[in-house]
Amino acid sequence: AAMELPLSHRSVTRAAALAAHCACYQRGGPGRGLALRAVRRASRQDIDDVGRKYHLELVLEDVLDKDSTVNCTAEVLYHLGHKNVAPDVQFTIEGELKNTDEADNIFYNRIKSLEIELVAENIPDSHGNISPEMEPIHLLAWVASGYVIWQNSTEKTKFQLAQIKHVKQVKRSDEYLEFDYVILLHEMVSQEIIPWQMTVLWHPQHGVQVTQDSRQLKHASE
Amino acid sequence: QLDFWLAPRGTGYPVDIRVPFPSLQPLKAHLEANGISYSIMIEDVQALVDDERMEMLRSRRQLPLSTNTFDYTTYHSLDEIYAFMDLLVAENPNLVSKLEIGRSTENRPLYVLKFSKGGTNRPAIWIDTGIHSREWVTQASGVWFARKIVLDHENDQGLASILDKMDIFLEIVTNPDGFVFTQTQNRMWRKTRSRNSDSSCIGVDPNRNWDAGFGGPGASRNPCSETYHGPYANSEPEVKAIVDFVKNHGNIKAFISIHSYSQLLLYPYGYTSSPAPDQKELHQISEKAVAALSSLYGTNYKYGSIITTIYQASGGTIDWTYNQGIKYSFTFELRDTGRYGFLLPAKQIVPTAQETWLALKVIMLHARDHPY
Repeated sequence: AAMELPLSHRSVTRAAALAAHCACYQRGGPGRGLALRAVRRASRQDIDDVGRKYHLELVLEDVLDKDSTVNCTAEVLYHLGHKNVAPDVQFTIEGELKNTDEADNIFYNRIKSLEIELVAENIPDSHGNISPEMEPIHLLAWVASGYVIWQNSTEKTKFQLAQIKHVKQVKRSDEYLEFDYVILLHEMVSQEIIPWQMTVLWHPQHGVQVTQDSRQLKHASE
Repeated sequence: QLDFWLAPRGTGYPVDIRVPFPSLQPLKAHLEANGISYSIMIEDVQALVDDERMEMLRSRRQLPLSTNTFDYTTYHSLDEIYAFMDLLVAENPNLVSKLEIGRSTENRPLYVLKFSKGGTNRPAIWIDTGIHSREWVTQASGVWFARKIVLDHENDQGLASILDKMDIFLEIVTNPDGFVFTQTQNRMWRKTRSRNSDSSCIGVDPNRNWDAGFGGPGASRNPCSETYHGPYANSEPEVKAIVDFVKNHGNIKAFISIHSYSQLLLYPYGYTSSPAPDQKELHQISEKAVAALSSLYGTNYKYGSIITTIYQASGGTIDWTYNQGIKYSFTFELRDTGRYGFLLPAKQIVPTAQETWLALKVIMLHARDHPY
């Protein structure tokens, strides 16, 4: 039987954040990032021998246009016992997401035509600044980190992208854009800042893909 | 109209002239007609003047000349914030004084501003910001609150009535060692900078070092962890200084410790799921405070006890203050919800401080109206 949960309960905010990260990964790109705006309803169900399933009604917003929101219903299943199995996340989005074809093509062509591969560090900087040219690079990391977060989430974690430490474009002979990122993830429950490497592929028609990722060791001075 | 920078001295000596634009062509024509050679030393004097003015403004930011010229819309260094405090006291000696309540591990002074209209040991409100050094919007908001109290202490009815009965204590940089480290070495540093005896890892989480459920679940005993509780309660001088202050004062009625990020207003407990005896009242105050906060820019906050709303945390500040009998003990987590997280753009400092101030006033007014 499903139990309604108070919307400010920590288990709800964790599951909702996870669902939003997944939706962002599936639907996002350098021209569009989705973030959790609000939780409208939440309930939870324990399934014997399987795990714990959350039913959520969420509102997501476009990070580049806060007035643009969509409703999202999601189910998050945290598997019982299996530490290394990512939670199952299913979601449906109601309504239209903004078309970003024009911005995507501009970004795509800009990067494809660079003579020297793009390299950048510390996005945002210490004061929260992101230059306009780096916005799509940041958004791409935001979207891709959704995958890393999804794969590493449990009921006891709540991750956010804290910063891009380093990004390097990798030139490819095919049509894809490839970026090698080292990001910092902030894990809210332990308060740890975790460096994470991820290889991200993107194409305007094929969406975002994380092809490789690995947790990095922290240096002793940090 | 011609401005001679090197005046005529005699034949064979050069002459330097600044030429206003309308005179440029006539002068050139005149010199050419008379066979006098010339060269252009500076194309555009105005451009140089503009550059210089910008440079001067930039270097003047190092040392604010008054709290009127201080830039509240940017993040500042420790020295700039400490200079600000002295300016505020100098400008308002009848309202504001600065107390040193102790020294940090690296021997930096720990300063608290006292706002008081008089009396002796009046019931008081305590506000601290920057206990976790990477939470930069909090120290920046603390600076703004200090100025706000000075600006409004006579003309804002609510604040004036609070100060008629109560004092306000404000510690803006509660963890100065950590703060300097975030500016020089690692923007994401959270803890203090104390050495740990059996480890190369540095620092203790100052919000796990208080004597409330100390060492229990919700803190780490690993010195390398961000939530390391320290070797014993109050091991950190930054924490001990506040503990001593609170105990010596003996009349603090509201205690508010400010963090970022997540947009939450929290009350005890963090170390146990047993509800605080005053939970109902604290919950009602929170509801009102959050409504006031939201009224300004629509910023959404959630509220509840620490343990149900974010996580179990032992050795936390407001659990200790609450158990000391300070009923109105609250923690804020300011903007945002993760888009920028700790790296909140500076242009959000003032809106964040403004909306948070409205919530703080609700809590302070409640404390004033419900003496105990």
